[in-house]
Amino acid sequence: MKALSQKRRHPLAAVALLLMGLLITGGLYAVATTVNQAKADTTSFSASDAEEGGKLFAANCATCHGMGASGSQAGPSLVGVGAAAVDFQVGTGRMPMQMNGPQAYKKPAQFNEEQTHQLAAYVASLGPGPAIPEAGVLDEKGDAAKGGELFRTNCAMCHNAAAAGGALTRGKFAPALADVSGKHIYEAMVTGPQNMPVFSDANVSPEGKRDIITFLKQIEANGSPGGNDLGALGPVSEGLFVWIAGLGVIIAFTIWLTSRTS
Amino acid sequence: MSATSTADTPTFVAKTKGGRITDFVDQRVGGSGILREFGRKVFPDHWSFMFGEVALYSFVILLLSGTFLTFFFDPSMAETHYHGSYLPLKNVEMSVAYNSSLNISFDVRGGLFMRQVHHWSALLFVASIAVHMLRVFFTGAFRKPREMNWVVGSVLLILAMAAGFTGYSLPDDLLSGNGLRIIDGVIKSIPVVGTYISFFLFGGEFPGTAIIGRLYMLHILLVPALILLMIAVHLFMVVVHKHTQYPGPGRNDGNVVGYPLGPVYAAKAGGFFFIVFGVIALMAGFFTINPIWNYGPYDPSPVSAGTQPDWYIGFVDGALRLMPGTFGDWHVEQVWFGQVFSFNVLLPALVPAGILFTVMFAYPWIERWITKDDREHHVLDRPRNAPTRTAIGVAGFIWYCVMWAAAGSDLIATHFHVALNDVTYWLRALFFIGPILGFIVAKRVALALQRKDREIALHGRETGRIVRLPHGEFIEVHAPLDEYKRYKLVGFESPSPIPAQPNEHGVVDRKEKRRALLSKWFFEDRVAPATPAELAAAHGHHGAHEAIDATADQKTLSH
Repeated sequence: MKALSQKRRHPLAAVALLLMGLLITGGLYAVATTVNQAKADTTSFSASDAEEGGKLFAANCATCHGMGASGSQAGPSLVGVGAAAVDFQVGTGRMPMQMNGPQAYKKPAQFNEEQTHQLAAYVASLGPGPAIPEAGVLDEKGDAAKGGELFRTNCAMCHNAAAAGGALTRGKFAPALADVSGKHIYEAMVTGPQNMPVFSDANVSPEGKRDIITFLKQIEANGSPGGNDLGALGPVSEGLFVWIAGLGVIIAFTIWLTSRTS
Repeated sequence: MSATSTADTPTFVAKTKGGRITDFVDQRVGGSGILREFGRKVFPDHWSFMFGEVALYSFVILLLSGTFLTFFFDPSMAETHYHGSYLPLKNVEMSVAYNSSLNISFDVRGGLFMRQVHHWSALLFVASIAVHMLRVFFTGAFRKPREMNWVVGSVLLILAMAAGFTGYSLPDDLLSGNGLRIIDGVIKSIPVVGTYISFFLFGGEFPGTAIIGRLYMLHILLVPALILLMIAVHLFMVVVHKHTQYPGPGRNDGNVVGYPLGPVYAAKAGGFFFIVFGVIALMAGFFTINPIWNYGPYDPSPVSAGTQPDWYIGFVDGALRLMPGTFGDWHVEQVWFGQVFSFNVLLPALVPAGILFTVMFAYPWIERWITKDDREHHVLDRPRNAPTRTAIGVAGFIWYCVMWAAAGSDLIATHFHVALNDVTYWLRALFFIGPILGFIVAKRVALALQRKDREIALHGRETGRIVRLPHGEFIEVHAPLDEYKRYKLVGFESPSPIPAQPNEHGVVDRKEKRRALLSKWFFEDRVAPATPAELAAAHGHHGAHEAIDATADQKTLSH
């Protein structure tokens, strides 16, 4: 204890303390947020699924979306949005919404797979809409190059050419697409969640969507051939890096070179 | 070594073979004389004097890595299909230029590394020029006799930006194509002649099939040649003027205190080249830059989010982003006589950059006119000892940084979870308020530092030791400075405003009155260095009561 109290005025004490604090908060945060995503695969709903889903809906969703999902001042009607919309919104944790704001944030899913399935069954029973995609379009065995072209033409203006995400107006944004499951990507394209437009089958065919998912999964698996990708954010992160790290190291060397051995 | 003396004594014959060869060469080119002269050239030692060297070394690395890239790059816009190793682009239609850039990245051994070396050193090249210029500005190194070298340096900055931009556009990927599209838009916004210039530049409608080849010629031939020429002029003038030095004991405008070039300084500088090379090589090896395979081939229809120019063009892009298209109901874009005048593009693209560069080029003459200072200066100002100049520099720096930040407004919005619109509104406000606040704060900080210096010169350093005297009084013990340290705190000029002077006809003209006003603004707030008399007075009754005297001495500050 004595050694500790003697060193508390050491010039590096503040730095050490800060580092310790950062490590502890960062470590705790990392532990607290490591939650796996729920995944649902089946597309057939039974009557009991819809019934159970109705109960869950009344308890968790009806406050905003209204009884019978007919909508209210606080949330839109869900009649006809289809099972895919529910599977995306609930499966990625965006619904139930954390708070009102420009956009719902992705967060750990609030319902397990079975409950998500039941909610989807209930909403699908209210009116016809996009269904949860078949496994065939999610096999990631399409044409990545074609998918890349489709992605650059249709998606990159918001999601960034390297799928690193981008800003939209007034606090809305297009999220980064790394670690998003193929199913959720597909569902997002057919339902157009948040501010995303709908890419119907007439616009981008199911085959094209399969290609896009293949492309995204392939560039994710490829990693960055040129070393650390600095967030794949383009010249801004490169500029920041050269100014802070590049020049920083060089300035350290200039100081070393011109210091006298006194 | 023996060769140096043989020039005067022809009868001397060197003992070794190497010596004889050296002697042979020396008798014909006279290298030893040059070496003797240059080897004795004295350079002052300070870390902030080395940024120009960093720029020079990055340029050498650019030449080397760039030459490697020309072996494999094909600046053709002919169409082809990709058949290289990068699968996500397999069979995609693209230009030959993009195809060859991808081949450099994936199929030429060491190609990606060299591409990254080239691009990182380009960023470092411009960054080190910028830092070098900031050092020169804030220390007043641009004053007589170095005004013209400041201009040459400014030209070098513009050439470096031109080299960077032409290079950025060469791979013909989506990102570079978007950058060219913006340039095309800016050119087209020039009233009347804009469209013609654009068609001339691109050889027809954008993007055409000519631009990559043209930019390539500029990038590898004209611009580097001009840069080399300017570097030669720049270095020649450095030799003629000799290097500036920071103020210190024994240093004045008539001498240079430092190390001779040979051998230690030359060895250090040579070693520093390899340090810079090493830092760039490490960056290129571990961090990707301009991943062209992510962006895909250029096609005028898609635009990716996060499309930005390299950092040195960023401030122009930022100004474009900040410009509102309308003021209420009034549209900035006007239609006059059936012609569209896109002032919403023209003004932000050209005006801030125009102001910045005009002031940059003219500043040495502006300050010279205001201060009527026509003497030679070889001893630098510490930035705090020229508060108004420092404040002007900070104001300009902040103005630049606001525009710079605006180029990344979308990333600021996504990464700090704020609304893009709010970022834009704030930056618009800062565009006007930022420089003013920066000026005021920087000037106050500089003056406060000067007061602190004065205080320390007069009363020594606070030791933090509190002593209680027998009668109960507490005092803090101050340790006196040694003479060398004190010199740094008192040995500077603090000019006072020069009132309007009559000209040869005995008349004070309007221009002179304006100059006098500016001179007052420039020098009005000043802290005079402690005079020998003040120092003697402060040390005459030193000891226990210095801490109290400090408050009394404050009143003698001329302000």
